[in-house]
Amino acid sequence: MAAIPISYNLRNLVVRKTTTIMTALGIALTVAVLLAILALVHGLDTAFAASGHPLNVLVLRKGSDSELASNFLRTAYQDLRPKPGIARGRGGEPLASLELVTVINLPSRSNPDGMNVTLRGLSGAGIEMRDQVRLAQGRWFESGQREVVVGRSITGRFPGAALGRTIRFGRGDWRVVGIMDAGQTASNSEIFGDVDEVSADFNRSSVLSSALVRATDAVAVRALIRDINDDRRLNCSAQTERAYYEQQTNSGKPVQYVGLMVAIIMAVGSSFAAMNTMYAAVSRRAREIGTLRVLGFSRASILLSFFLESLLLSAAGGVLGCLLVLPLNGMTAGIGNLVTFSEIAFDFRVSPSIIAAGVGFALLMGALGGVFPARMAAKKEILNALREG
Amino acid sequence: MLRFVSLMFKNSWRNRRRTALTVVSTGISLCLLGVLLAVYAAFYFAKPSAYQALRLVTRNRVSLAVSMPMYYRDKIRSIRGVREVGILQWFGGAYKDSRDPNNFFARMAIEPESLFILRGEMSVPEDQKKTFLQDRTGCLVGRMLADRLNFKPGDRITLVGDIFPVTLELTVRAIFDAPENAEVLYFHWKYLEESISRGRGSMVGAFSILADSPESAPRIARDVDATFRNTSFETKTESEQQFGLSFLSFLGNVKAFLLSICAAVTFTILLVSANTMAMSVRERIQEVGILKTLGFTTGEVTGIILGEAVIISLAGGALGLLLASGLCVLVRMGPIGFDLFRHLAIQPRTAGLCLGLAVLIGVASSVVPALAAARTSIVNAVRHAG
Repeated sequence: MAAIPISYNLRNLVVRKTTTIMTALGIALTVAVLLAILALVHGLDTAFAASGHPLNVLVLRKGSDSELASNFLRTAYQDLRPKPGIARGRGGEPLASLELVTVINLPSRSNPDGMNVTLRGLSGAGIEMRDQVRLAQGRWFESGQREVVVGRSITGRFPGAALGRTIRFGRGDWRVVGIMDAGQTASNSEIFGDVDEVSADFNRSSVLSSALVRATDAVAVRALIRDINDDRRLNCSAQTERAYYEQQTNSGKPVQYVGLMVAIIMAVGSSFAAMNTMYAAVSRRAREIGTLRVLGFSRASILLSFFLESLLLSAAGGVLGCLLVLPLNGMTAGIGNLVTFSEIAFDFRVSPSIIAAGVGFALLMGALGGVFPARMAAKKEILNALREG
Repeated sequence: MLRFVSLMFKNSWRNRRRTALTVVSTGISLCLLGVLLAVYAAFYFAKPSAYQALRLVTRNRVSLAVSMPMYYRDKIRSIRGVREVGILQWFGGAYKDSRDPNNFFARMAIEPESLFILRGEMSVPEDQKKTFLQDRTGCLVGRMLADRLNFKPGDRITLVGDIFPVTLELTVRAIFDAPENAEVLYFHWKYLEESISRGRGSMVGAFSILADSPESAPRIARDVDATFRNTSFETKTESEQQFGLSFLSFLGNVKAFLLSICAAVTFTILLVSANTMAMSVRERIQEVGILKTLGFTTGEVTGIILGEAVIISLAGGALGLLLASGLCVLVRMGPIGFDLFRHLAIQPRTAGLCLGLAVLIGVASSVVPALAAARTSIVNAVRHAG
């Protein structure tokens, strides 16, 4: 079977450039919506997947599944610290950190009425255990001082949280003395302060939120978790820090759900538009189809040719859609985290697999829009086709 | 121009397949736009009901996760214009398996006597109300919630606390009907207070306030916050509606999200429609020449083509609204207990906006090809190969 050369289809698309551009743009916008959503979800997943050291064990009060809803007693921390399997820090002390996690409301650039931000009171060991957290500007808070260090994405989104300024929560003002860079992790969306100062301000010196401990190695992680979970006196539950963050990935689910619905509905509209364009192409080129048949091209090759043309058209739209979304790559945005009850910042990530999904989605629209017109073209009788047009 | 309407209709129905495809594709997109706009309207333009307009919520200024002293209640009560004030304490916890989202609902510790004044729109059978008031471990459940989880008076409900490290054994004593916020469980604050032995007891999460008139509500909000300014526990008081919206803003920039999707959808419809009109005008340049030979002016020819486009996009708009109303019904019946979605509907204003947009799209999509065709000289038009 002789195939009709693909340059024939390309030339046809170029000749009808207005229609081609408009149809492709419609497909491009649909693809762009889908890709923006996928890039958002992927960015969010990356933020959560990157958070948490595999050797860190997070201890909460039994029955709580988030740090915010956990009431962790200072006395439990005293019992926890001497447990075997906990690594030692630079100073020889056990790597364990008693932490207070709460939410404070700060006016942000996009929402002057205030957005929720996670505030974490922790000790020097707590900072040491978070390997990805590095000081980007300024210095760390000193213990006993009303000082805080804010995450990189906090400082960009909340004008009050800039180096040298003060933010107000608890019983008064706190000075921002440093900005930390936590790579892609969730700590970028948090504010760190001295645990004793912060908990005193919130009247929670004896009832805090959680404890983070570093196990010596992977085997010790499992042993330590079992040890803590079985300790009746402690009344706590332990899990790896990584597992804790993995649970939170469903924060993006509502957006993902709405976005996918929108993209699918738009896709139906766009594939109808592609169908329209292809039907017009078929009826306008009836005489050409007749001629091709006279020249000896089979029905099958005509079917294939028009189908390919529709795919080409939609592929152009798909590529255009990807180009539209590319500027989003690396852009920072925030979304509500249902577990921490505050915003988590993340970067949009347009990965190669997302681009492939976008082009695939476009081709699907093209295939749906092209199959019926192509069949009509193939069914044309030679004589009728030559007479038409 | 009106006398050409039948001609416009005939023209628009000439290429049936193309018209049908265009109508369906703009219809589907406009349906999406209609639903998005309905959601937007429900979020940002919904008028509070008469009772809701009277209610305010006070929380700790730092955030909802931080509480404030219980004695604030009496201080608030003494502010001018406050008719009633009551504790509103969020009790997180878990009901059965908390991993199943269907088991999630709001559980609030309240003071029953105040609640019945604060939420005067609630209707509860007298005998049930009485047993609820008498039973300290009793609870009051909204109709929507009772229907969803099949709660009946006399049922036992166990809530395992997390923020409050207690397990509550509640008995359903009453079921209330209310036009809004009917997916909530209320129980006695006293029961919770007795169950927690340690320090947090005298602290509460929020207060609900009933104002004596809608006009005095904003002033009361300012007065409440002024009363506690420069104390260790500053407050933030806002209308119940704003309080609800603050949960929404916590989910991220919903406004920008909705609007950017709406813009993308609108632009896509415009492209689809413009494409169709360009194709159908191009086919008919010869006809335009004939019309002009018959004495039609350039303006009339433009008008006929514009009218045809408007007819097609209006048909799409009507189909879209029909589909959107259907979708709204589905959303209302859906399992997710977001109160705003329970009343989701295409309001006349939203419908008007969609149809207006359809007209605009019709005009915008055809104005370029229409003018181009109408301006072609008769000789060129008639000679045009089609």
